[in-house]
Amino acid sequence: MVNLSSLVIPLLLAGTAVYGLGKRVNVYAALTRGAEEGLGVLLRIVPALVGLLTAVYMLRASGAMEALSGLCAPLLEALGIPPETVPLMLIRPVSGNGALAVASDLMGAYGPDSTVGRTAAVMLGSTETTFYTIAVYFGSAGIVRTRHTLPAALVADLTGFAAAALAVRVFF
Amino acid sequence: MAMAWVWSGMVVLSLCFGMSSGRLDAVANAALEGARAAVDLSISMAGVLCLWSGVMEVMNACGLSEKLAGAFRPILKRLLPEASRDPETLAAVSANVSANLLGLGNAATPLGIRAARRMARGCGGTASDELCLLVVMNTASIQLIPATIASVRAAAGCETPFDILPAVWMASALSVAAGIAAAKLLERGGRGRW
Repeated sequence: MVNLSSLVIPLLLAGTAVYGLGKRVNVYAALTRGAEEGLGVLLRIVPALVGLLTAVYMLRASGAMEALSGLCAPLLEALGIPPETVPLMLIRPVSGNGALAVASDLMGAYGPDSTVGRTAAVMLGSTETTFYTIAVYFGSAGIVRTRHTLPAALVADLTGFAAAALAVRVFF
Repeated sequence: MAMAWVWSGMVVLSLCFGMSSGRLDAVANAALEGARAAVDLSISMAGVLCLWSGVMEVMNACGLSEKLAGAFRPILKRLLPEASRDPETLAAVSANVSANLLGLGNAATPLGIRAARRMARGCGGTASDELCLLVVMNTASIQLIPATIASVRAAAGCETPFDILPAVWMASALSVAAGIAAAKLLERGGRGRW
């Protein structure tokens, strides 16, 4: 199967450039102008990331992550979510790379075609790095009062986790 | 304010667990390491962020983004009626949604940020209902082809790494629907309280 992402990116770049040239647009000047704008956005993201990643790393090192896994297990079993996926659900909202690492660890330990392995994969595919996304978006937009964003986003995440477990039961 | 509580909770929890498990050294190191990792991450995403901001600028300059926005306009107009009045915001949101669908997370973020910054203008640091909804939509994945996950599955020895697609679509659809419904409910119930 062709990796769509690797086709889409070059196609998008080339397509945009050719289309722009066709419209008599100075494509290169526009590109660098936009890139400069991106640099300004980055400057506003860095502080948010420093705060967030510091806390996540501390949480992981202190062993609190594992303790929370043990705590959540009984409730999850009732929802039909394999308790083995608790570390994944805890890390998923805060770190994309961390979640990928935990999920690939679960797939290695239980097998990619096991219920746990499949649930981990579907969870990874149906949710996002919620805290990171919120920090980056609101950080760069200069928002301090985020109102109901976090609760609503967590509802989406929890639904995604439960739905992932359900979907694996339905399709396999 | 929510992030203030979450962040403080995470740090206090780390301190308590670190003390009780005797891993305080590791926690102390992790704090410094995390801060450094944040800058590493920022630097590693700097190039992509600048590139996609540049591409977006090119698309704007040649009117391509307006065409792209057209495909999502009917849905987004219903979800974000205020933001849709500004053509450039609508274009950025539409491009953000289409990049998310294609699984181009790195492309989607700068586009979404661009929209968020326009939507946040003159709001005095308080997120509007629609800005909350935009962010919630971005915290819920709506990927059609989860290529990264498929590659992880293949690496774990799976012969049909894409057989999870229908399950991913079903779970994603439920998750996005729940997020939008929750945001719509909370914006009514929480008005004036946050």
